[in-house]
Amino acid sequence: MAVVFEKPKSMADVTLHYCPGCTHGIIHRLVCEVIDEMGIEGDTIGVCPVGCSVMAYDYFNCDMIEAAHGRAPAVATGVKRTNPDKFVFTYQGDGDLAAIGTAETVHAATRGENIVVIFVNNTTYGMTGGQMAPTTLPGQVTQTTPYGRDPKLMGYPVRVCEMLATLTGTALAQRVAVNSVPNIREAKKAIRKAFENQRDKKGFSIVEVLSTCPTNWGLSPVDALKRLEDEMIPYYPLGVFKDANAFPEKEGE
Amino acid sequence: MERNLMKGNEALAEAAIRAGCKCFFGYPITPQTEISAYLAKRFKAAGGVFLQAESEIAAINMVLGAASTGVRAMTSSSSPGISLKSEGISYIAGSDLPCVIINVQRGGPGLGGIQPSQADYWQATKALGHGDFQLLVFAPNSVQEMVDTVIKAFDLADQYRMPAMILADGLLGQMMEPVTFPEVTSKPVEKPWATNGHGNKRDHNIINSLYLQPDVLEKSVIDRFKRYDEIKEKHAEAELYKTEDAEIVVAAYGATSRVAKSAVNMAREQGIKAGLIRPVTLWPFPIKQFQKTAETADKFLCVEMSMGQMIDDVKLAINCSKPVEFFGRTGGVIPKPSEILDEIKKYVGGAK
Amino acid sequence: MTHDILLAGFGGQGILFAGKILAYSGLMDEKEVSWLPSYGPEMRGGTCNCSVCISDEPIGSPLVLEPSILIVMNTPSLEKFAGSVKAGGTIVVDSTMVDAKVDRDDVKTFYIPATELAQTNDLAGGANIILLGKMFKETGIVSEETFKKAIEKVVPAKKAALAANNLKAVKIGMDY
Repeated sequence: MAVVFEKPKSMADVTLHYCPGCTHGIIHRLVCEVIDEMGIEGDTIGVCPVGCSVMAYDYFNCDMIEAAHGRAPAVATGVKRTNPDKFVFTYQGDGDLAAIGTAETVHAATRGENIVVIFVNNTTYGMTGGQMAPTTLPGQVTQTTPYGRDPKLMGYPVRVCEMLATLTGTALAQRVAVNSVPNIREAKKAIRKAFENQRDKKGFSIVEVLSTCPTNWGLSPVDALKRLEDEMIPYYPLGVFKDANAFPEKEGE
Repeated sequence: MERNLMKGNEALAEAAIRAGCKCFFGYPITPQTEISAYLAKRFKAAGGVFLQAESEIAAINMVLGAASTGVRAMTSSSSPGISLKSEGISYIAGSDLPCVIINVQRGGPGLGGIQPSQADYWQATKALGHGDFQLLVFAPNSVQEMVDTVIKAFDLADQYRMPAMILADGLLGQMMEPVTFPEVTSKPVEKPWATNGHGNKRDHNIINSLYLQPDVLEKSVIDRFKRYDEIKEKHAEAELYKTEDAEIVVAAYGATSRVAKSAVNMAREQGIKAGLIRPVTLWPFPIKQFQKTAETADKFLCVEMSMGQMIDDVKLAINCSKPVEFFGRTGGVIPKPSEILDEIKKYVGGAK
Repeated sequence: MTHDILLAGFGGQGILFAGKILAYSGLMDEKEVSWLPSYGPEMRGGTCNCSVCISDEPIGSPLVLEPSILIVMNTPSLEKFAGSVKAGGTIVVDSTMVDAKVDRDDVKTFYIPATELAQTNDLAGGANIILLGKMFKETGIVSEETFKKAIEKVVPAKKAALAANNLKAVKIGMDY
């Protein structure tokens, strides 16, 4: 019988711990498909965050490291600098990347650290039960914004791709979403491009993936996808914010 | 072998290169910045990675990443910076990763000062981060011993898969003394656990400190403590100086031990039977050496550049079987030999 | 035999460099040596001092609190340290920079207009080495030959002119 669909080889054959309707599984799969297609599983080292994807080290078949909260870009820097021919990616959530790990993120980008950052933005701290994240939308109700996020008190959400696109060291800053088949296809293309950038030593590549959290949003999986479309994308527009070689002078070396 | 004059900080850096250190991640802070400056210059030719990180926190996590891939990695800082590294150090210990961390201590707490201090003893030996863990802690007292210690620290860190700290201070870091660089004879150990790409030749490796099942976490900690027991048995070191017939034994480590030795010599000239015990390793603490010394000594005098931190370990080591007095200067003040001599005299009832 | 030497002056007068040459001289004579700078937030200017120990025995505290030899290049340093010199010790003063006199008769004090001598001999910045020369002559702790070896060790070969200037400066000090 012809096999028409199977798990990517670089994705471990285990049950994921994610909640029903969570889009982490899709994003894991997209990363693994790219690793498989590029044939780089044996040369790839992944760095996990603290947050819902903290145990992703069990889900990828490449070598994996579990970092402290927010420190994945620094850990990835240590790996990449001592193993420049290997592929290194981090997989981080919004609290990890854009709150506690802002310094690590911005400086890895501005150094043009030749790594891939998969940034999963679901506007909440999922693992700890749905508190306000740096990307929580104005008015959004969370455990720590029970009356809705009031920008006068809690400030505005961070648009990470737009911010990092201003840095010379950034090669790719692209925002995608996994709420529909066309968007998922686009997301995979972006992840592929990020890994190819690393292969071509073009600099820091970040793919921000708009994601859902049905559990903490208190929505059904379908309604959660709808919220992503109706509320998140207007604030976090999809698209390429930067696509360049951060080190053009290195070309031909 | 040729003797060369070198600053302590630069000697630490050169020794690291010779010990096979492949990368250094640091952040500027007085009085240890020469280590960064030296490696920034020398690593280019020596084939290593130097990177100035955006913070101490980032630097220690870069060390974690590099150490995960099996290479010898190092960072250095001074007291306030070490506090920032404590998170990463706990993760490194919990992930069973080897690395070397240098603390060229300065006065604290807070921003403190920039002059020599030993006020980070508790931090280094008791609580360099959250959780049940220890670091190997070495306390060299000369530029030459700093060189020898770097090599030993890398070897033992690799052997026991744990972080090692060299607890120096501003005096040792800034002074120049003659050094020779011994040939490094230790061979690199195999690191089958390294996450450096499995090349489709083995299962994937995971470097991790997360264990959500309490019994699994407990077992991982107990296994680590079994290694600690072996280290305590084999690697506790102390230097004994004129202790055989000493009535009063001064206990001091690092730069302070040199001042204390001068004081012991002055006391001997005055007919006072004084001796010195100098812990070379602060963890493991040289308990047996202290117990042996306590068999003959009437009294101990612990001298530190702090308000008294090692003194607790001295008392525990000898089960409080003899009185342990204390003399310390802190905040960056270096004790004078004459001050220590006065203390010795106070406790032995004056010159004989 | 142990020599505890303290060199003191303003930052920029070459205090640390003179100390380094002195320490290297001890090294050339196969002695135990240590060199310890005062370090502080000011990179240039301000007061600066440097402890150098040269001994036949391993060196205890490298911090010189009671020098057997003191070299001073400014008035504040003379005021601060002259009283701490061991009885029978030696003080060498740059009299171009310091008007004051040492008010002690239990130490040997030598005044030499080192800065002026450096200027008249076209050795700008060489006062520190002229003072070293004077100290060598009066104490005999380092020979001219040893000093020469130390200079060769410290000054890179491509800066031969610098080495020659230092040798000239030490000679001026020794002959004064």
